[in-house]
Amino acid sequence: MNPHFWRNFARVTFLVVVSAFVLAPLLATVLGGFKTNAEIRTSAFGLPETWNIEFYGSILYDASFWRYLGNSLLISLGTVILTLLVGAAAAYVFAQIKFFGSRMIFSYLLLGLMFPFATAILPLFIKVRDIGLLDTWWAVILPQTAFGLSLAILLFRTFFEQLPKELFEAAYIDGCGYVRFFWRFTLPLSAPILATVGVFVFVQSWNNFLLPLVVLNSREVFTWPLGMMQFRGEYVTEWNRTLAFVTLTILPAIVFFLAAQKYIVAGLTGGAVKG
Amino acid sequence: MPSTTDSQRMPLADRLRRGLSNGRITSVLILLPPALILFTLFVMLPLLESGYYAFFDWNGYGEPTDYVGLENFERIVGHSVFHTAAANTGKIIAVSLIVQMPFALLLALLIYRKTPTNAVFRLIFFLPYILAEVAAGLIWSFVFDGNYGVTASIAEAFGAESLFILADRDWAFVAILTVILWKYFGFHMMIYIAALQGVSNDQIEAARIEGATRLQVVRYVQIPAIKPAIAVSAFFAIIGALQVFDVIIPLTNGGPSNTTHTIVTYLYTFGLTRLNIGFGSAVGVILFAVAVTIAVFYQRVFMGRSES
Repeated sequence: MNPHFWRNFARVTFLVVVSAFVLAPLLATVLGGFKTNAEIRTSAFGLPETWNIEFYGSILYDASFWRYLGNSLLISLGTVILTLLVGAAAAYVFAQIKFFGSRMIFSYLLLGLMFPFATAILPLFIKVRDIGLLDTWWAVILPQTAFGLSLAILLFRTFFEQLPKELFEAAYIDGCGYVRFFWRFTLPLSAPILATVGVFVFVQSWNNFLLPLVVLNSREVFTWPLGMMQFRGEYVTEWNRTLAFVTLTILPAIVFFLAAQKYIVAGLTGGAVKG
Repeated sequence: MPSTTDSQRMPLADRLRRGLSNGRITSVLILLPPALILFTLFVMLPLLESGYYAFFDWNGYGEPTDYVGLENFERIVGHSVFHTAAANTGKIIAVSLIVQMPFALLLALLIYRKTPTNAVFRLIFFLPYILAEVAAGLIWSFVFDGNYGVTASIAEAFGAESLFILADRDWAFVAILTVILWKYFGFHMMIYIAALQGVSNDQIEAARIEGATRLQVVRYVQIPAIKPAIAVSAFFAIIGALQVFDVIIPLTNGGPSNTTHTIVTYLYTFGLTRLNIGFGSAVGVILFAVAVTIAVFYQRVFMGRSES
């Protein structure tokens, strides 16, 4: 055997070991949902002796499980739509229209990149409560959008500035104003960056825990991470039910990831590098 | 299209008229305010208010009237749990920089080339990053459960007594650091992979022809070439470490006996759940100061260098 073979063998072995470290907990989780608690206790990794589907089944028949997912979906979609519209509109102004104070306002809107979301969570809670939004979807959507705007505007502006200027000049001569141009041309031409930012915002919102935890109290409006913690609290001793719940909630995330992989990786790393 | 240099030479009144007539100002007035209002209302105002509330003893009801000066800050600085929380956040930063980043870089170097097998490994390693932190925390709290989990099985296999890692004052935070490593190394790896794929092959070939070993290529060609990406990933590691919250709640909720708090779980536990809005705001102010200091320092050191 030549040294090249052994080097590659060592490389692949190492990669497989790391993969096992990554996948083992996930595998134990998926399988755990099929086992009885007694079996989980004796064999956390093995295949279940009998595949019990009742734990998965009872969650799938539970209306609150679907309500949690529905709430999360609505909040995430709301945040995405609002961030794209509001962020793109502002970024368009910075990219296309020169006016006094433009740079200053732009820098102001980028301040959100400087500090963690948690910094102002208590005054935010007070604000949301005083406006009367506690326990509504808006209590999550509006602050999430506001905090996501900085990065969205930064990425959008860079993209808009690269759109051909001749296009606007031609449209302008034909009597097309700024706002109409934004709707008719800029937005449709910006599909790639809209998708990238949209997916990024969606994933962040879907996984968000701290903000919903602070502003949502009633189970009617719970997002799935809150619902999951609630569920865990109710079945402290029954790991199989919790594991089934976790599996059912991370499954859509994994499917979504595989489907939108390109945009997720671009948004999470490319966006990060540019930001 | 009227050029901007022209319009800048005109007197203000003319410029204003012209701006209005071609819809420039109206457009700005339609498109900009939504972002400005949302950002001001839900980001800047709460931030400024935390700087104000921090000087009051206030439970969040009515107006803050009980001005206490710097007392909140003094209490935080004198609170042993805060010391632990700050030290834990420091540990997360240290492990991210010293263990996680080199580990991610090593993996990136092993799989950055575009081959089908590498694509599969990349996918696997990135997987934990897309999972919700809470879900990751719950999964690992099962793994570490001394009665049911994987550690229980392992302990049993060795005939040892069951371990309750998450209830152990010395080991609980090590467990948390493991989860953080598991969750985030793929993100840093992806940043490095993107950068490594951008390094020109000519440079690597040239070094190879001159007799450089694989390690020398890595050390003298590839790593210097992706320095900006490493700087970015370090920045995200630090800023991310400052915000760790979601993972802790399902794993230990800050316990046992408050040994596994981070700054944010500390803020949440001692500020919000007890409705000490003033106290919690003061913690927020400290967190803000740390984050901004790091951001400014980072810009000075890395951005300044890349421009020159």
